[in-house]
Formats: sequence, structure tokens, C-alpha cells
Amino acid sequence: MNLQINKQMHLDFARDKIPTRNGYGDALVELGKNNNKIMVLCADLKESTRVQKFAELFPERYVEMGVAEQNLVTVAAGLAAVGKIPFASSYAVFCPGRCWEQIRTTICYNDRNVKIIGAHAGISVGPDGATHQMLEDLAIMRALPNMIVIVPCDYEQTKKATAAIAAYPGPAYMRFAREKTEQMTTAITPFNIGKMQIFKDGSDIALIGTGPLVYECLKAAEALQSKNIKAMVVNCHTIKPLDCGTLLAVAKKCKKVITVEEAQITGGLGGAVAEFLVENYSIPMKRLGVKDRFGESGEPEELLKKFGLNSDDIVKEALKICKC
Amino acid sequence: MKKLTKIKDLQMRANVIREDLITALTAAKSGHSGGPLGMADIFTALYFNVLKHNPKQPNWEGRDRLVLSNGHICPVLYATMANAGYFPKEELLTLRKLGTRLQGHPHRASLPGLETTSGPLGSGLSQAIGMAYGLRLDKKKNIVWCLCSDGEQNEGNHWEAVLFAAKNKLDHLIAITDRNYIQIDGSTEKIMPLESLEQKYKAFNWKVMVIDGNNMAEIIRALKSAQKNKGRPLMIIANTVPGKGVSYMEGDYRWHGNPPGTLITERSPAKEKQTEIALEQLHKKEAKERGDWYLKHKKLKPIHSDL
Repeated sequence: MNLQINKQMHLDFARDKIPTRNGYGDALVELGKNNNKIMVLCADLKESTRVQKFAELFPERYVEMGVAEQNLVTVAAGLAAVGKIPFASSYAVFCPGRCWEQIRTTICYNDRNVKIIGAHAGISVGPDGATHQMLEDLAIMRALPNMIVIVPCDYEQTKKATAAIAAYPGPAYMRFAREKTEQMTTAITPFNIGKMQIFKDGSDIALIGTGPLVYECLKAAEALQSKNIKAMVVNCHTIKPLDCGTLLAVAKKCKKVITVEEAQITGGLGGAVAEFLVENYSIPMKRLGVKDRFGESGEPEELLKKFGLNSDDIVKEALKICKC
Repeated sequence: MKKLTKIKDLQMRANVIREDLITALTAAKSGHSGGPLGMADIFTALYFNVLKHNPKQPNWEGRDRLVLSNGHICPVLYATMANAGYFPKEELLTLRKLGTRLQGHPHRASLPGLETTSGPLGSGLSQAIGMAYGLRLDKKKNIVWCLCSDGEQNEGNHWEAVLFAAKNKLDHLIAITDRNYIQIDGSTEKIMPLESLEQKYKAFNWKVMVIDGNNMAEIIRALKSAQKNKGRPLMIIANTVPGKGVSYMEGDYRWHGNPPGTLITERSPAKEKQTEIALEQLHKKEAKERGDWYLKHKKLKPIHSDL
């Protein structure tokens, strides 16, 4: 990557791809060793949500729930009631997809320290098709009072985010992707819940991404550089609480914004940013994401292209906005 | 707190609780009557005899946990808690009103002594299970009691929990079903048949007891033997009469979600007379013993007599 990267972020792009979900599994093992309140509950998806290692090392603190997501989150609420820190893990379509009301009542309104983990989110899930590609989770979880929503951008950040939500005393939702994705952050990259990260500075347009698509934003910024457009790249790993202070500063500096997410553009990152900007600092904006439709089967890269979410699409939209 | 050990005292207390909840519901002008009246005996047995709890220290570590799954019957929970000393009885008159700690459906953070927030049905048993599982991991002996309704067993979440509890042999989890055969729209057996509920739990590898949930002696016997339960989770199916103690409400599903003064049925008095008649009937019950008992327990009079 040929870019002037923000040095404070300690990024490194010269490594192999790893799935973000691996960061979750690896972090759980570390957490499990140091804190015996940590428990993991899983709805028959131990291997693919990467909690198998935890289950092997701490069998007493691993709870197999079977294919029952409503019970998954409500048992977690009960465990939290007696002081445990449960991580309720499944695919995002099933949890929070199938058990949203239980999360609302027994975790959020009930103020229980439960961590909801939605794996296999976004269209990049690929061949499994639309039923398994969760696109609405950011919207439904962001709407819940007392819930925070985290979308880490890569393996290392998922590790840090897992530890951060374990230390955070309240309900939290974290989603991640299935496929291997680019590594950007390193062990020394900072991570704070609710703090946007400027991966690359710029002044002509801000590309605000979330999850692994932040990498597409960086690639887009590289392409825009050759067209004399200085794009800022922002990693918005916390959708809620939104870092309004940084967002306002970014908007004031760049005067144009594009959001990029593997989710419905209503209610997720794009929704959150638009809501803030329209009330506080109205500027030209474009939301890239899935536009009120379902996903479909295909290879992840094919799908990103079809849904207009790769770096070429971001460049195209940036050029349009910058011309106007 | 001091336990009531005599059956007669417990029966009387249950009736005071019934009067208090009718008074609270009348003041609220909305809320559920049928289930709370039917469950007053079981709540009394639990809070005044069986449960390990301390109203002055609601968060005491050694307490049993009582999870109310069918949150809509909270008038009986609130009236029982007030009678047990968790909060002043006068506060019952704030039920469902702006700023109250006694929300229309229980909100844990609002009122010390509530173990959970409930209302949406079918999720209480799972939460009770989570508590039981966590307590057992920590080698604690507390019993987790879960009260649920029959109608809420239409919910899939409940049966997910039933499977899980049996798999994990949670024998310090004791569930009680308020089997009153009604739900909002009618008879449980018409809306979504549950029978044989007893056979269902047995098939799911639970122990089952079937009791008369309005017979205090039988309730106490059952709950005490439940405390010694070993090996498998236990379901107590308590047959109760919805609206128990108020003649025009007994057995009529239409009083499931309505307080006195809001509904006219073939059997009911005029709306404006309903509360008065309900309180009169509850008060008259076993009037002689009641009178003597009041002399001995002056502090325990129902709140309406102070109004």
C-alpha cells in the first residue's frame, strides 16, 4: 500500500489474510485464563464461531446450548445475574436475528452484562446465500437502549475488541465476518470503544468504513491519490456510541463523506453518520452498503463487486461527490 | 424475616394480599386480576414460609432466587413483597403510575428485590436456568424458583429451556406452573392445547408434582419436599382458580387482563360496585377467624382499610 498512513496507528499491510473471527477465539482463550467469570455459550456452532479452543481448555465454563438462540441469550442473562460474564455466540442471523426481543428485555432493559457475538455477518459470507448473510444486525442492535455495537476491522482489532467488551460492564454486541480478510492493525495499534480511528489523513473527502471493508477504503484512497484527491480513511469500529466529536472534526475538515459497510444502509453505520451530520453539520454524503435487498450466493469478491462495495465502487462514488 | 408457620396464618395473609392487589389494581385502573388472585396462595407460601430471603437486604448473597416469568401477574408479586416488608404498602397505590417503582410489568432496576425484568412471555425459565447453572458452578446452594403461567408455554423459548434444564440436571431449579387453564383470548385448551402437561414434562425428563395451588397445606407440603429435590429439575403443576376469592371473576378468562371496574360480564355487578364487592367477599372469607386474627396482627390490615 503506497499511502501516507497515520503513523500513530502502527498499521502493517504486509501480512497474510486472517478471518476476524479467529481474533475472537484467540482472545477468549487469553481472557479465560485470566478471569474465571468469563463463560462462553454457543448454539451448536463451536468450530465456526471459533470458540472450540475455549471449550477444550475450560470445559466447565463452556455451555453448549444446542440450536436454540432464544435460550442462548436468556440463559446468558441468568448467568450474568449471578456475576458471570457470558459471551453468547452464534451466527448473526440467528443471534441477534432470532432472539432480538429476548436481548431487548432480558439483557438491555434488565441491564445484564452479556456479550452478544454475531459471526458470519455481511454479504462476504458468500456461497451460503442470503439466509446466512446478516445485513440488518447493526440497525436492530443500534436501536436498543443500553447496548453498544462494535465491528472490528481485522484479526488484531477483533482480539482487542473482545478484551475491551469483556472489561466493559454492560451489554455489548460485536459482529465479525467469515472470510479471511486483510490485516491492517498490529498488536500495538490502539483500540478504545467509541473512538474512531483515522488510518490515513486527508482533506478532500472522508471515507468512513467499518469492518474489513476499511481495507477497501484504503485501496480507494490510494487510487484517488493518483487523481489528486486526498481522501481521509476512518475506521469506525464502534457504531454505537458513535464518536460524534471525531466525526464532526472529520466532516469539518473534509466537507464530504462516504460511508462503507457490509450491511443495510438504513440504520447501520451510514444511518448513524447521516443522522448525526444532518442535525449538526450537513455536507454532501453517500452511503455505500446494501440497499434494501437481500444478498445471494457467490464468492465474497464477486458479491462485493455486485453490491458495489469494493474499492473501485468507492472511487467512483468519491469522484462523483468531489465533482459536484 | 419471621416465618408464618401455621396454615391458618398463611391463608389469612394470602387473603390480605388479595385485598391489597385488588386495591392496587383499582387505583391503577388497568392491569391483570385473574392470575394474581389465583396465585396469591403460592406467593404467600413462598415469601412467608419457604423462601430464603431478607426483605431488609434484598441483595443478600444467600437468598434463594425467585424469577417471575409471567410478569403480567406482578400485582400479586408487588402485594406480597409489600406485605413481606420490601417496601411500604402505601406504595401499592402507585402501581402503573408515572414515576412508580411498580411498573406495569416488573423492571428489576426499579425495585430492590426483583430478580429480573419480565413481561414478554417464555423467557423466565431460561433466566432462572442461567442463575441455577452459575450458582452451581460456584458451588452455592441457593435454590432458584421460577414461576410461570400455562399460557406462556405456547412459547418456543420455554421449551428450549425445558430441554436444557433436563440435559444439565439442574435439580436446584424448581419451576411452578400456574395451571389455571386460561389465557387472554380464552381457554388454554382452545387457544393452543397443552394437555397432558404432566406427561410432557415427564417425557422431557423432568420430575413432576401436581398440586392444588389454592390449598395452603398442600402447597407448603409440596414446596418443602421440593427443597430436597435431587437428580433432575422439578416442575410443580399447580392447579389454580383464576380470580380466586372474587365470585364474579373466578374461572372467567375475561378477567385475565382487566381490573375491577372495567368490564361487565353476566356474573359481574355494576362496574362501580365491583371493587367494593370483591373486597367484601375477600374480607368475609372465614370472617370469624379473620376477625380474631386481625386482633392479633393489627399491623397486617389490608391497605384499603386505611384509605
